[in-house]
Amino acid sequence: MINIKINNIEIAVEEGATVLDAAKQAGIHIPTLCHLDLHNTKMVNQVGSCRVCMVEQEGRRNLMPACSTTAVDGMVIHTHTPRAINARRTIVELFLSNHPKDCLVCERNGHCELQNLAAELGIRDVHYSGRRAKHPKDTSSLALVRSPEKCVLCRRCETMCNKVQTVGVYSTVNRGFDTVISTAFNNPILDTCCTFCGQCVSVCPTGALTQVDNTHEVWDVIQNPEKFVIVQTAPAVRVALGELFDMEPGTSVTGKMVAALKRMGFDMVLDTNFAADLTIVEEAHEFIARLKNGGPFPMLTSCCPAWVKFIEHQFPELLNIPSTCKSPHEMFGAIAKTYLADKLNIPAEKIVVVSVMPCLAKKYEAARPELKSEFNHVDYVISTREMARMVHEAGIQFNLLPDEEFDSIMGESSGAADIFGTTGGVIEAAVRTAAAWLNDGKPPKIDFTELRGLEGIREATITLSGQKLNLAITNGLGNARTIFERIRGGESNYHLIEVMACPGGCVGGGGQPYYLQHDAEVLRKRAAALYITDESKSLRLSHENPQIKQLYSEFLGEPGGKKAHKLLHTKYTKRGV
Amino acid sequence: MVKINSFKELKEHKSRLSEHKPAEWRIFTCAGTGCAASDSIFLAENFRKIIAEKNLQDRIQVIPTGCFGFCEKGPIVNIFPDDTFYVKVSPDDADDIVNQHILNGQVVDRLLYIDPQTGEKHAQQHNIGFYQNQMRVALRNCGKINPEQIDDYISHDGYFALGKALFEMSPEAVIEEVKKSGLRGRGGGGFPTGVKWEATRKSESDKKYIVCNADEGDPGAFMDRSLMEGDPHAVIEAMAIAGHAIGADEGLVYIRAEYPLAVHRLKTAISQAFSYGMLGNNIMGSGFNFKVRMSLGAGAFVCGEETSLMNSVQGERGEPRVKPPFPAQHGIWNQPTNINNVETYANIPQIILKGADWFSSIGTEKSKGTKVFALAGKINNVGLAEVPMGTPLRDVIFGIGGGIRDGKKLKAVQTGGPSGGCIPADELDLPIDYENLQSIGSMMGSGGMIVMDETDCMVDVAKFYLEFTVGESCGKCTPCRIGNLRLHELLEKISNGHGTMDDLKSLRELGEVIRDTSLCGLGQTSPNPVLSTMNYFGDEYEAHVKERRCPAGKCTSLLRYQISPEKCTGCTVCAKNCPVPCIEGERKVTHRIIQEKCIKCGVCYSKCPFGAISKV
Repeated sequence: MINIKINNIEIAVEEGATVLDAAKQAGIHIPTLCHLDLHNTKMVNQVGSCRVCMVEQEGRRNLMPACSTTAVDGMVIHTHTPRAINARRTIVELFLSNHPKDCLVCERNGHCELQNLAAELGIRDVHYSGRRAKHPKDTSSLALVRSPEKCVLCRRCETMCNKVQTVGVYSTVNRGFDTVISTAFNNPILDTCCTFCGQCVSVCPTGALTQVDNTHEVWDVIQNPEKFVIVQTAPAVRVALGELFDMEPGTSVTGKMVAALKRMGFDMVLDTNFAADLTIVEEAHEFIARLKNGGPFPMLTSCCPAWVKFIEHQFPELLNIPSTCKSPHEMFGAIAKTYLADKLNIPAEKIVVVSVMPCLAKKYEAARPELKSEFNHVDYVISTREMARMVHEAGIQFNLLPDEEFDSIMGESSGAADIFGTTGGVIEAAVRTAAAWLNDGKPPKIDFTELRGLEGIREATITLSGQKLNLAITNGLGNARTIFERIRGGESNYHLIEVMACPGGCVGGGGQPYYLQHDAEVLRKRAAALYITDESKSLRLSHENPQIKQLYSEFLGEPGGKKAHKLLHTKYTKRGV
Repeated sequence: MVKINSFKELKEHKSRLSEHKPAEWRIFTCAGTGCAASDSIFLAENFRKIIAEKNLQDRIQVIPTGCFGFCEKGPIVNIFPDDTFYVKVSPDDADDIVNQHILNGQVVDRLLYIDPQTGEKHAQQHNIGFYQNQMRVALRNCGKINPEQIDDYISHDGYFALGKALFEMSPEAVIEEVKKSGLRGRGGGGFPTGVKWEATRKSESDKKYIVCNADEGDPGAFMDRSLMEGDPHAVIEAMAIAGHAIGADEGLVYIRAEYPLAVHRLKTAISQAFSYGMLGNNIMGSGFNFKVRMSLGAGAFVCGEETSLMNSVQGERGEPRVKPPFPAQHGIWNQPTNINNVETYANIPQIILKGADWFSSIGTEKSKGTKVFALAGKINNVGLAEVPMGTPLRDVIFGIGGGIRDGKKLKAVQTGGPSGGCIPADELDLPIDYENLQSIGSMMGSGGMIVMDETDCMVDVAKFYLEFTVGESCGKCTPCRIGNLRLHELLEKISNGHGTMDDLKSLRELGEVIRDTSLCGLGQTSPNPVLSTMNYFGDEYEAHVKERRCPAGKCTSLLRYQISPEKCTGCTVCAKNCPVPCIEGERKVTHRIIQEKCIKCGVCYSKCPFGAISKV
């Protein structure tokens, strides 16, 4: 242990702890801006560039950054001397002197770390002014918007994109005051190998990286009497949405979410979870077929559009191995505009499907040409954050809402669908169904707990009707890259791999509440809530969902059959970097 | 080429070289960048041509050398055996030097140096004031050897220090010697070199690096460039000694691509050292392996900061990172790395050969040895000078430097480049050492010394340095990226006559925060030029603010030209030359400047034949 003294408090900290960690342990809050350590993920941004967390150390001439200074035995630190406070204020004033300060109309108003910092430090006047950096906005993509003028050069996006996700879209270019985070050759982000995972948006402290706002279009279409608007919600949304209404992380708000959507004016409120069950039926069928045909292995799950784009760019030679299943919300759209349209006796062109997703890549996915052949499967995608804003805009007192049920049909789902929202959930759901089918319909067990957890790469071997199957689960694209490198190198003996692009899976998606508390523990809590929901349901196997059975018997025919293939499966595009 | 397989063979090789009878006449011509820019290369060619025409190759040898230091009077030619020192020699002068001096025994009088104070002519280098107070340790071979000939270096005891270190000293003993010598980093920081070596030695690793920081970037500084151009082997030898002491087998010279001649000389020297076996495997049969390669920088000033340098070497963005960990623990590719500056290395062979006691007998209590300074600005003798630490600034400026140009008054001396500060004229008797310079708000820096006279405005000087820092900031940390621009904008406002007393307060407060909070040395020292000029020339700042006046007459926005009715004869010269035009008046009638229109170009001031126009 290391013994140091902070503000006259003597404290023992673990070896390797920073002064910031030590202060936290001593109950002292030191403001930070660029620093972000999402424990249990690989996201550690410790560049020490913003210089907000400056503290005084006895015996040193200059102030030092608490976030990136390792505690050393005998250190004497003062965190809130007039000199340190003055330095912090000056630094924040310098930021503000180069900031658009259009806070009132900024996407991040009320959720901005720079704004919070200015408030916390009691800044009432900016003493410095002068030239402001001018950089154009990048609105080229359907998923995220870059506004470099609001950038504070914390480099979190760069760390996330390059080190955690290993996509490498961003780098710092130019020097001095002209320094800016840019794509290669300053290309529009649309023309890069960006996967639109949105993790850069999740960690951005200001409005420099935001999602594309689709709320206005959704309001417009809700108001349009010519349209029949169906909304579907992904499993991870319901365990995170509550946080945006001051509820504890890990609170499941399915009933209130449904009630809110109904009050917002959607014509039908249905569940992506239903389509998750459908995905499992198709995916398990495809997997068993590959087992019978001897490959190709490993089969990769394909629910996550960000990792699909990742493999298209980075490993185009492996495009024969992902499952051909569309992602659940796309399956939902395809069924809603065919089967459901018939059932409701509404022409498909009148139906509008809106997805509420924890994800920004889904915004991009909905526009992929192969997913909009005759009609758009999904017309609009809004994130968890956008939905919360719409609830506020509609004047709905979310916390006071009663719990309400999804509409039917396409509203019912199994517990297996709930756990789709977390890393390990899709593979567990698929294994449950595959195991049951291989065992004459009798599931050998329901809970495959060996597949759960938050670690970036997990492996498990399970035996299904005498056959040993090697499984891998990975979350975060950097971890996915490790697995894909193994596959490309011929070192893999996996049969089935689940890939989710975001750390923690969809619970940590790019459309989820920001990491304002700088704590990845929320991921664990959100995941736990999904597992609790799963356990509490009597229906826990996707293929036993009666509405799914009904769908096949009334409309699709056989899993993996001709109609199912046409509506529920897709193809991939070689892209390269 | 000879391959030298033992220390004994090196000694034998040296004595063989000394047996060679040198040519009867030897013409040393400066081939450093400064003199080369003044056609010294053509001069050397002319010498060779004339010698060839007259078939005198056996009697006369032309030896291109490194910098003599006396750049003001370049190109320099030194003739031996009679040790005649010629200044400002043009290519056409080659003829006279060969025919008149060498063949006829008559010194070319017009090419001798004339002391501007006494009017005396000096034919010998050591009689010239510029050289009298100098002591050349790092520059010992500059101007004395052909830097492209390893044999010349060996003749001057080259690689003997390496031999001694490898065969007569343990690595610990080498470090002890360097520690005892009191040598401190010459790149600016002044960190004890031996302590740095020891820390890197103690870091455990199979792989370590020795880096030479040759990213010299201070405006007006050219010490390291001249050293590398004039004595490249000294740097290579010192790096190998450091490799032996620290346990590293690879050295790397990080040098800016804007120094093509230094790059060329080092490259030549490295390949010669390899072929002689002074680099490579089993050096002189000692079992010690050491190789040196070069890494060319793109010229970012910040890459002189060691962590930025390492990023740049690794192909990453040239920007610093937080220290600790220091390079001694986590350096290039995360391996222990020892980084020293060119001049620091250049001292090492001498310390090993002559001993720590000799070295530490030079200088002051805490600053040992000598320091090379690049004299520039309003000084008579622009050039490179090496003096013992502790030499008073006055001796450097008025002795070696020959005083202020055009008989003007000294106002201040800027040392330490953009990281340093301005020392006022009344601190001139201060002995130069690390601590003293810091105590008066400047720093040693790498050794730039820029002299300012009464026509220099200190607000303008601060603005100049800030402009440099603003352009060279890497942009990583907030205080340096935004703060320095704001400082510059405040200075601009003041020099434009729009400053307020609050702005002066902001300048100081912001400067102090930038110094306190910046990530690396660049930002931590960037406000020094502002803060030091405010400390010593506060009244000048106030004049800009309170009286909207620039006492030095430099800030054009605050300048007014006016015509004295007493002196004006109405000759119309000013009005005819005014480009605006904004001068009115009839022939033989006093003229008048319309101030609102005047662009302050100064043409009228310089054209008036009667001195009737003055700046106020």
